[in-house]
Amino acid sequence: MNQAIRRSWIVAMSMFALVLGSLTYVQFFEANALENNDWNTRQILQDYGKNRGAILVDGRPIAESVPSDDQFNYQRVYNEPEMYAHLTGFFSLVNGSTQLENVMNEELSGSSDDLFIDQMVRLFSGAQAQGASVELTIDPQLQQLAWDMIPEGQTGSIVVMEPATGNVLAMASKPSYDPNLLAAHDTSVVVQNIEQLAQVPGLSIYFNPATQSLVAPGSVFKLVVAAAALETGQFDAESTIPNPPVLDLPGTDVGLPNFTTGGCAARDTADLEFALEQSCNTPFAQIAWEVGEQAVLEQAQEFGFGERFFIPVEVAASQFPTELSEAQLAQSAIGQFSVAVTPLQMAMVSAAIANDGVLMKPNLVKAVRAPDLSIIDEPEPEVFRESLSADNANLITEWMVNVVENGTAQNAAVPGVEVAGKTGTAEVPEQGDNAWFTGFAPADNPEVVVSIVMQDVDIATGAQLTSPNAKRLIEAVLNR
Amino acid sequence: MSEVLTVPKSRRNVEALLLVVALTVAIGANWLVGLDKENPFDSAFWLQGGTLAALALIFHILLRFRAKYADPVILPIVIALNGIGLAMIYRLDLALPADAQPVAPSQFLWTTVAMGASIATLLVIRDHRMLRRFTYISLIVSAVLLMLPLTPLGVEINGARIWINVGVGTFQPGEVAKITLAIFFAGYLSTNRDLILLAGKKLGPLQLPRFRDLAPMVAAWLVSIGVLIFQRDLGSSILFFGLFMAMIYVATSRVSWVLIGLAMIAVGGYAALQLFSHVALRIDSWINAFEPEVFNRNPGGSGQVVQGLFGLANGGLVGTGLGQGRPDLVTYANSDMIITALGEELGLIGLFAIVLLYILLISRGFRAALGTRDGFGKLLACGLSFTIALQCFVVIGGVTRLIPLTGLTTPFMSAGGSSLLANWIIVALLLLISETARRPAVKGPVRETFSEGKQNRNTPATDPTREVTA
Repeated sequence: MNQAIRRSWIVAMSMFALVLGSLTYVQFFEANALENNDWNTRQILQDYGKNRGAILVDGRPIAESVPSDDQFNYQRVYNEPEMYAHLTGFFSLVNGSTQLENVMNEELSGSSDDLFIDQMVRLFSGAQAQGASVELTIDPQLQQLAWDMIPEGQTGSIVVMEPATGNVLAMASKPSYDPNLLAAHDTSVVVQNIEQLAQVPGLSIYFNPATQSLVAPGSVFKLVVAAAALETGQFDAESTIPNPPVLDLPGTDVGLPNFTTGGCAARDTADLEFALEQSCNTPFAQIAWEVGEQAVLEQAQEFGFGERFFIPVEVAASQFPTELSEAQLAQSAIGQFSVAVTPLQMAMVSAAIANDGVLMKPNLVKAVRAPDLSIIDEPEPEVFRESLSADNANLITEWMVNVVENGTAQNAAVPGVEVAGKTGTAEVPEQGDNAWFTGFAPADNPEVVVSIVMQDVDIATGAQLTSPNAKRLIEAVLNR
Repeated sequence: MSEVLTVPKSRRNVEALLLVVALTVAIGANWLVGLDKENPFDSAFWLQGGTLAALALIFHILLRFRAKYADPVILPIVIALNGIGLAMIYRLDLALPADAQPVAPSQFLWTTVAMGASIATLLVIRDHRMLRRFTYISLIVSAVLLMLPLTPLGVEINGARIWINVGVGTFQPGEVAKITLAIFFAGYLSTNRDLILLAGKKLGPLQLPRFRDLAPMVAAWLVSIGVLIFQRDLGSSILFFGLFMAMIYVATSRVSWVLIGLAMIAVGGYAALQLFSHVALRIDSWINAFEPEVFNRNPGGSGQVVQGLFGLANGGLVGTGLGQGRPDLVTYANSDMIITALGEELGLIGLFAIVLLYILLISRGFRAALGTRDGFGKLLACGLSFTIALQCFVVIGGVTRLIPLTGLTTPFMSAGGSSLLANWIIVALLLLISETARRPAVKGPVRETFSEGKQNRNTPATDPTREVTA
């Protein structure tokens, strides 16, 4: 019998050898393929079920993970969702993540290398993984103020920032959406919500209009042309330029007119100060011809045009077209034709002029904090471009102050404070106009830059929604 | 058989030392699992650890008095396995929604009951050879146990009718039938070996059994097929048949019997495949596990096994660490699929360690079979050990897609009171058999008073196995 017992034992051991082999196959050789299998929800659950760090504004979470009873363990919740939606973006099972939720994912999810020690401690203590929190530079009062300034149903963006640091104090856009609708764990509900949000006119849940929508700047672009005029040395404060009511555009049968109702008609020739004050089109077209397409393009690039960058959310590259005919160059000089800018870009133009020609890199993140509240990253102000000389910046500042005191932006004036500003109205084919304001205050020691754009409005409404709102925002910052 | 010499040493101190290690593993695992809680050292933790240690101590002391020469490795291995299982079941409880019924407390209760039953078995039986007297009673008990689920007492869960309602919960009588069937086969085969062996025609190299000697084989086959048909439990059916195959082979040393058995399995299996949709679905979800329609089919799809594979893959070589994976995503993670939960959190290394524990345990069982001098004990130890090995193979092979997945518990680890109870009683029997195997032959009174008349057949001098296999 013993021989048979030994043989049975060998059979039993063979069975164990087989299962050890098949375990090795599954857990070692096949593990990668299984982990990458489309049906394997573990990675998703791991990412989406983490105690993800909060996004904070002035210490209060605008996005946070709260314990939930389902298989994910945690649910992402957005507070004051619509007001901050374009900043936070969303964190969705179905559609991935966007904006801060996307670009700060490593920190929020706790997988950043900066959290290495934390991860090690967790490994040995067995404690739940927790992500870092991201604190924004946003001022909640200003954000609320800016948010309320855009009427419901209006498409528009407001950017408020500090010229000396590049810190963004407010960044609001409408139409907006509720990111909670995308953070639900029931994927069929999320899909349905996405379909509904796709019906909202003017809304894309994937873009932050303030940093990613490209709109015609109109006359606010004249600041760039004025800077180009001075920087090339071909023009100065004393230069006079012919100021005809209509400029013939070579090769076309249309002309480029000044506003018939505006103050431009008062003079046949204009210096730069007057041309900015009354936003006369014909002098700027001629300046562009004089300095050439390349000089305008280069100046625009000095302000940040043509480059996609991250603050840390993505900012689309603003565009100045090339290989232009003379007629196209004339139209581009007044911010028409295919010049297209982000609302943030126009804030950056003002910020560079305000900060003695030095453009600081815009920034949304004040600090990244580990779960124990220790700071693991605190972005320092960073020079983005030397956009123009300090002298030229101060000269344009003077002219912009004049625009608010005597020109088109008088509604932005704040009693007792020198405000520098520039308005713009861009005509958009088959739509209403884009109404713009960009400027800063106080002119001698700028603390705040404001950029406002309201799209698809008539001129009167546009004027109402831009300069007066800029005034209120400037007051709010200066009275903080 | 007497060529297997055992050094007459008690080795109880070794057992005490190993028990400390096993309890450290078991209680340590439980502590790791509870770390995330606000208070990992709550009263439940101390109660559980304390009770486990106390029962192990009682068991150990009892062995010192009752079975001094019993194998010193078996008890520590089983304590470790049971403890790791408890910790994993508790860990899976923590992942349950707050309003769900926790499983760990009842598993812990069953552990105490099972260990108690095992201790009682040691106290009552004293020598395994007395069980031989119950050969035919065991057959009747087995039949009754297997029939019970088909009576109004029976409860059907997920299509299988293998449970009975015992008021406080459900019980799986088939688990206990595993033991009584083993006792019957051991008794029957050790008594009738000669007849089975010597009668019958020779066909080439194969000695064919007489048809009437095939009766027990047919009986076993009928039991297996009956369980498959009426209770729709493929796992237990395989287990019963495997148990009998192993025992009849050990009794006769005839490969022909194994071939006949395999042929009968093939016939029965093919018929089952044709007749029963649940068997066909199992096969389909084994072969085509990664086909979308098979994956999404519910019930009878491959979702469970594929999720289990994902869990194992997630664990990889070293595992995620206890409490850090998502074994709760696999259905029945705390019972049929507990191997995937352990594989996910302890990794391939952890599973290798666990499988090695089983290998050691089973090898000790076979060692006891080699060492003991009576045929009944040899067959019983062999059959029971082989059953545990087969069960491990069916479970781990199933979750790794080596073979089709069948619903079986992992011995000592899976949630399930009946399985725990039965396996702990098996431990008591193996310990008793190892005691007779290792006890110095000259010492003490000969315990042959328990065995029946045909004792001489099992004495070394007239061992027929020798002649047959020589």
